[in-house]
Amino acid sequence: MYVAGGTDLYPNMKRLHQTPKTVVSLLRVPEMHEVTTDETGAIRLGSGLTLTEVSEHKDVVTGHLAVAQAARLVSTPLLRNMGTIGGNLCLDTRCNYYNQSYEWRKSIDFCMKKDGAICWVAPSSPRCWAVQSSDVAPVMVAIGAEYVLVGPNGGRTVPAESFYHDDGIEYLTRERDEILTAVKLPKPNGWDATYLKLRRRGSFDFPVLGVAAKITWEGNKVTAARIVLGGVASYTQRVPEAETAVVGSTLNDESISRAANAAFKPSKPMDNTDFGLAWRKEMTRVYVSRALLELRERRRS
Amino acid sequence: MANSRESNLRVIGKPQRKIDATAKVTGATKFADDLYRPRMLWARLLRSPHPHARILRIDTARAESLAGVHAVLTGKDLPEPFGILPVSQDEHALVPETVRFIGDPVAAVAAASEEIANTATRLIDVEYELLKPITSIEDAIANPEPRIHEYSDDGNLHKVINLEFGDVARALDAAHAVRTERYFFEGNTHLPMEQHAALAEASADGKLTLWSATQTPHYVHRALAKVLAMPASRIRVIACPNGGGFGGKSDPFSHEIVVAKFALITGRPIKITLTREEVFQCHRGRHPVLMEVTTGVTKDGRIKGLYFKTALDGGGYGSYGVASTYYTGALQTTTYAIDNYKFQGARAFTNKAPCGPKRGHGTPQPRFGLEVQLDRIAEDLSIDPAELRLNNLAPPNTVTANYLSIGSMHLGDCIRKVVEGSEWKQRYGKLPTGRGLGLACSSYISGAGLPIYWNNMPHSGVQLKCDRSGGVTVFCGSTDIGQGSDSILAYIVAEVLGIDPIDIRVVTADTDLTPVDLGSYSSRVTLMSGNAALQAAENARSVISKAVAGELEIATARVSFAEGRVFDAQDPNNGVAFAKAVQLAEASFGTVGTVGSYTPPKSPGRYRGAGVGPSPAYSYSAAVVEVEVDPDTGIVRVPTVWIGHDIGQSINPTTVMGQVEGSVYMGLGEALMEEMTYRGNRNVVHKIPSMLEYKSPTTLEMCDVVTYLVGSPDPNGPFGAKEVGQGPLLPIMPAVANAVYDAVGVRVDEVPITPEKVLKGLKDKQRGGSGRVGPKSFPEINWGELTQVPPPWDGGDGKALPQEVSASGTTHPERQH
Amino acid sequence: MEQRSPDASVSVAEDAKVRIRLTVNGETTDVLFAPHKTLLEVLREELELTGTKHGCELGECGTCCVLVDGIPVLSCLVLSAACEGQHIATIEGMANGTTLHPLQEAFAELGAAQCGYCTPGFLLAAQALLRDYPEPNRDDIKEALAGNLCRCTGYTKIYEAVELAAARMRGIPAEPADEILYGQQ
Repeated sequence: MYVAGGTDLYPNMKRLHQTPKTVVSLLRVPEMHEVTTDETGAIRLGSGLTLTEVSEHKDVVTGHLAVAQAARLVSTPLLRNMGTIGGNLCLDTRCNYYNQSYEWRKSIDFCMKKDGAICWVAPSSPRCWAVQSSDVAPVMVAIGAEYVLVGPNGGRTVPAESFYHDDGIEYLTRERDEILTAVKLPKPNGWDATYLKLRRRGSFDFPVLGVAAKITWEGNKVTAARIVLGGVASYTQRVPEAETAVVGSTLNDESISRAANAAFKPSKPMDNTDFGLAWRKEMTRVYVSRALLELRERRRS
Repeated sequence: MANSRESNLRVIGKPQRKIDATAKVTGATKFADDLYRPRMLWARLLRSPHPHARILRIDTARAESLAGVHAVLTGKDLPEPFGILPVSQDEHALVPETVRFIGDPVAAVAAASEEIANTATRLIDVEYELLKPITSIEDAIANPEPRIHEYSDDGNLHKVINLEFGDVARALDAAHAVRTERYFFEGNTHLPMEQHAALAEASADGKLTLWSATQTPHYVHRALAKVLAMPASRIRVIACPNGGGFGGKSDPFSHEIVVAKFALITGRPIKITLTREEVFQCHRGRHPVLMEVTTGVTKDGRIKGLYFKTALDGGGYGSYGVASTYYTGALQTTTYAIDNYKFQGARAFTNKAPCGPKRGHGTPQPRFGLEVQLDRIAEDLSIDPAELRLNNLAPPNTVTANYLSIGSMHLGDCIRKVVEGSEWKQRYGKLPTGRGLGLACSSYISGAGLPIYWNNMPHSGVQLKCDRSGGVTVFCGSTDIGQGSDSILAYIVAEVLGIDPIDIRVVTADTDLTPVDLGSYSSRVTLMSGNAALQAAENARSVISKAVAGELEIATARVSFAEGRVFDAQDPNNGVAFAKAVQLAEASFGTVGTVGSYTPPKSPGRYRGAGVGPSPAYSYSAAVVEVEVDPDTGIVRVPTVWIGHDIGQSINPTTVMGQVEGSVYMGLGEALMEEMTYRGNRNVVHKIPSMLEYKSPTTLEMCDVVTYLVGSPDPNGPFGAKEVGQGPLLPIMPAVANAVYDAVGVRVDEVPITPEKVLKGLKDKQRGGSGRVGPKSFPEINWGELTQVPPPWDGGDGKALPQEVSASGTTHPERQH
Repeated sequence: MEQRSPDASVSVAEDAKVRIRLTVNGETTDVLFAPHKTLLEVLREELELTGTKHGCELGECGTCCVLVDGIPVLSCLVLSAACEGQHIATIEGMANGTTLHPLQEAFAELGAAQCGYCTPGFLLAAQALLRDYPEPNRDDIKEALAGNLCRCTGYTKIYEAVELAAARMRGIPAEPADEILYGQQ
């Protein structure tokens, strides 16, 4: 198994979620640490860059503040010094029936994500409901980033959105032997984006809700929008109903309110993270509003 | 004031480095897991995966045959029960028959490495017969069977208390206003940064040494002697510096006994370090407590009667629980004068990790209920909450309704300081919506009046050795858990002998080398070991004075000690260096070694239960908390806390400040986010046994703290010192709740005050409701026979009135405390 | 009910040991250890540098913080085998001989180390902060130390000690304010 920063894999290995006989470090592949800007103005981030490097990189901060923001909101400064952008984008889904020791999981007879047969969050469901918990992934989906994958059969580039899959176990569409080597951030071109994170504490905690929003402006009119929820489903969940609600508007209070309500409906957190699910669902409305308000204020100033 | 910079004292009351500060900032301090011995083995425990089950069979054969495994133990190897309280000897190092919570240890492995030991535990096959788990207080009341322990007072109610001081019914009848409210305080845990660890070594001559991260080496010593059936004189327990305790390392634990047994069997040193999850399983933390509080007050807000009911979720074992239960009713009377007081408390056994003493032991929960109740009363009567409290203060040098002797009492000064500092009068009730201030007060013991097991011996002892080099060594059984108790010994001796604290060596927490101190719990160490050190130092001073008086040919009374010299107070140039003074004393009287010891004064209470609550001195705290509440999310942020603490006299004001700030921190965590919760519907697993999911505030949640140290020296404290390690935590939770009410008009009568609860209250208000969030009912409990104790002002002598012999004749013999 | 012992969970690491050259606190040593050993384990168990502590061993508390090439990291989540050629700094190397680092001095002076267990991690994280930002404000300090948990101090004395040390490292002969030492009057 490949490993980069190890901040996701090693805790999982210690708890016997993953038991590879061998791990291969990708940290010393020089290309994976590069930041390049191509002729179109798109930035290519090597997947081995640490989250600290991404959040502090001049080009990212100036051109892709939302990416820098999201990277900076991951866990702690210490972890961000180790964890990589690639690792965060491939972060294992999380569940507080799963992210427990072997002995703990044994006491509930395990779950289907590892060693067991049932999903304890939704025992009558045939699937696993572990939660997409990356902060950066929703931003990548919102801004339309592309991921560069390299495997035995060569490379391919996929849109971030299609990289994630709504299943707690098979949560990535990546082939088993493919490596995420780089992320291409599109040129900032008349659009703006932001990311808001909900969690108990200002550090350490994974998101119990993430909202990434991107607005494309023409004058004071919204011509396109992407609104993506993190932390409430097994994948980065786009909410097209909310996007539609703001397209064509000036992002006035009324359209923001419509978008917030539209995002609230399909937001269906389960009882497997910190906080109660009803409150997290309720917060979808608040956080989508706040994200859009922030973008509107930024446009006006 | 005793805590300002001006004083005649040279060391006491001045900022000092702790004597172990350099070791701690250089990584030199050896905590228990930092110890390695030649040929050392490693131990691991196999713990129960079931909350309640009978062990039918244990097969250790596969584990024993694993290469690298040296020994395996099960319950039959350690059959003698133990427990911290004599009345609750209900634990076994390894469970022989019935497991009572997920994490109850059932077997242990000694192996060449931690990894092998770990693997071997997974090769032990255990067959269980599952029993119905008891998951909550209500569940325990509704289901006396299956009984978790046979010795309980009533079914699955471990302990039931029913006490009345004065006539509460009459007081409530006569009151201007009576209010009854219910409150709930969720359980939480200590979460010391250091995981528990212990190392044992046995020698061929039958002697055993245990190094452990324990706050109570003396009680571990006793438990080892009992369970291992060895003479205590052949067992040496050394408490390593604790990487945080907060009460969580105050019980003797299975892992300590198990490594001791392994050391005896294998003849090899053996160490165990618990995982973080196991630390959660050891727990002994804050009991979840459901409360019902009834108050009767006069028109001007004087409390005439208080009727307080508590129900505690104790978890699977007794631990300190009997004391914890009494403590939920003990200290309501030390802050406010309450003429008529009734207390009913019950502790349930449930199939969860055992609860016990955490910082404030049993008193933060009722303090929360009482202080929020007072906030309500103040509003009912349109009296400022600070004024209401000032009008109700318990007077100093009095005995309370429940027979606690209050000495110095400066809660009024604490209130006035925080009121002034926070601009309370200008801002309370007047801040814009979303911002608010809340006030609460508290009191705490400076050590318990009675020891945990009944005896007439001192609670703390010190031996002092004055060397002819001028070096002084203090020997004391006290345990430094980070609060700085080792340094306190040095400061006190340095003050008395006029030398620099750095010239004093302190040897502590070693049952072979040091006289007994009962342990670092109940905020007892500064007062008790401090008084013992003071006495020992004064005895040394007396011996040295005599010798120096002879040499200088002056009266003994004129001999003075300062700046490393012993001299004539009337002619300071006429004197000798301290080392020379010791030499003179040694020449005259032989080796200079003195002792000191401390026994708390007798308390006037003589009724059953009077053993919990008495203390040589009570500390007092008042806090004002400012909050910002986000009305859309319910998220509460605390920018600033102002806190006044009646310390009596600071021994070292800077470390006192550190204790206050740390208490505020821990209180803030309890108020806003910390909770020890279980999934009752999923085999009663602990929901979140990790540092990540048990929410301990980070730097980004911590508030600014403005601290005022007030008070005057208490006659019972060394140099007048009272406690500070626990008391300042107590007012934080109710002050946060009261501030949230001031900010958004929502009463959250539960701790922690989470965003979900605040938002629920806000929505309820929007719909025309009261905006209250909290428990709606208090369960029916059979309180048994009432013990009535006339208060001192009704001519009481501290004894209970004779009880009418009940039909059932059930009484529960027990010792006090 | 019979308990299962899934064999997947039962495997004793029989790995051959690897020999790696580690540079710790400026001294280079060859160390022999099983390749799955973390930096935390090798520092404590092979090199006897027990000043580096652990609180969770899962990257959730910051207690095990050390500097690798000057960057504060979680030693419980670093494989030692990956550290060849890197410069590792632990608390044992922070003082210059018997002269404490100004941060250590300030922590000792203000009682910023209570139990002292989290202290090595805080000191190293603070050292990295002051190298990059010699004049941090209170918020910078909170941000930089937001990955280290402390249960004793409420962080207050830690902030004050970092500020005191930072001033002294900039050549200002700073002394702690009275309210830090005695409280508000």
